[in-house]
Amino acid sequence: MNLREVAELVGARFLAGADLADREVNAAFAADLLSDVLAMVREEGVLLITGTVTAQVVRVAEVMNLAGVVFVRGKLPAKPTVDYAAAAGIPLLATPRTMYETCGILYTHGLPPAKRKPFPYEHDQPGSPPP
Amino acid sequence: MISPAPLRHREIFPVAGLDLERAGTVSTEVQRVLRKLGVEPEVVRRAGIVCFEGEMNIVLYTPGGRIILLVYDDRVELIFSDQGPGIPDIELARQPGYSTAPNWARELGFGSGMGIPNMETNSDKLEIRSRPGEGTVIRAVILRRRNETEGSGEGPRP
Repeated sequence: MNLREVAELVGARFLAGADLADREVNAAFAADLLSDVLAMVREEGVLLITGTVTAQVVRVAEVMNLAGVVFVRGKLPAKPTVDYAAAAGIPLLATPRTMYETCGILYTHGLPPAKRKPFPYEHDQPGSPPP
Repeated sequence: MISPAPLRHREIFPVAGLDLERAGTVSTEVQRVLRKLGVEPEVVRRAGIVCFEGEMNIVLYTPGGRIILLVYDDRVELIFSDQGPGIPDIELARQPGYSTAPNWARELGFGSGMGIPNMETNSDKLEIRSRPGEGTVIRAVILRRRNETEGSGEGPRP
């Protein structure tokens, strides 16, 4: 699935990086806590679905080599953040849909969850899913 | 961790406390420097994550500090130092999920108590020295000679 298909499926528009709409995304991760993104995503080229719109989202996307970011719940980052993303080559999309809807739509259309590191706190929780 | 490998690069980055606009820019700059030096992509990635968490800790919780980047043939070192307030209980801070973050930090997407555990996961060695009221020094070592194919980013835990 590429970013253009992602945008069409969830009714998102490109805030930055529309020229990168052909970029393939192989997996997705959803979180508002950036620390969880940093702690758990272990692949590159992952699509991040988030309701956090701070400048740090784009920095995390850069550090983690993410394929792009979809902002949910109609939230929009400030212009300096969008400009930074455009300059750094990080596509930003925005949709009025909720995180749950966005994830559900992309999941049912075959976008798999990002492989993640084991959660540090799941060792003593029997029955938790394998990473 | 005493190694005869020669130092290839040394750079000091100041970090301003509470400067949320610039928070994270040292990490992206460190990654650029490492890439330019030809450091392995997986090491660049892990160093970026370690640096980002350390940088955010300085920005969110201290009046300011600095990050020293040392690049050797066999490892990358990141040394974070700040001017307080210090970590009263380091063992507690190492526990995943333990957080003293104020609400405003959580609203920015931080403060889930994963910072130091995450630095640990992505380092081969993480030393923390802290004196309440004076400041904290964290030294992270990321080894370069390792299997690059799996890319799990899992360093040995202390």
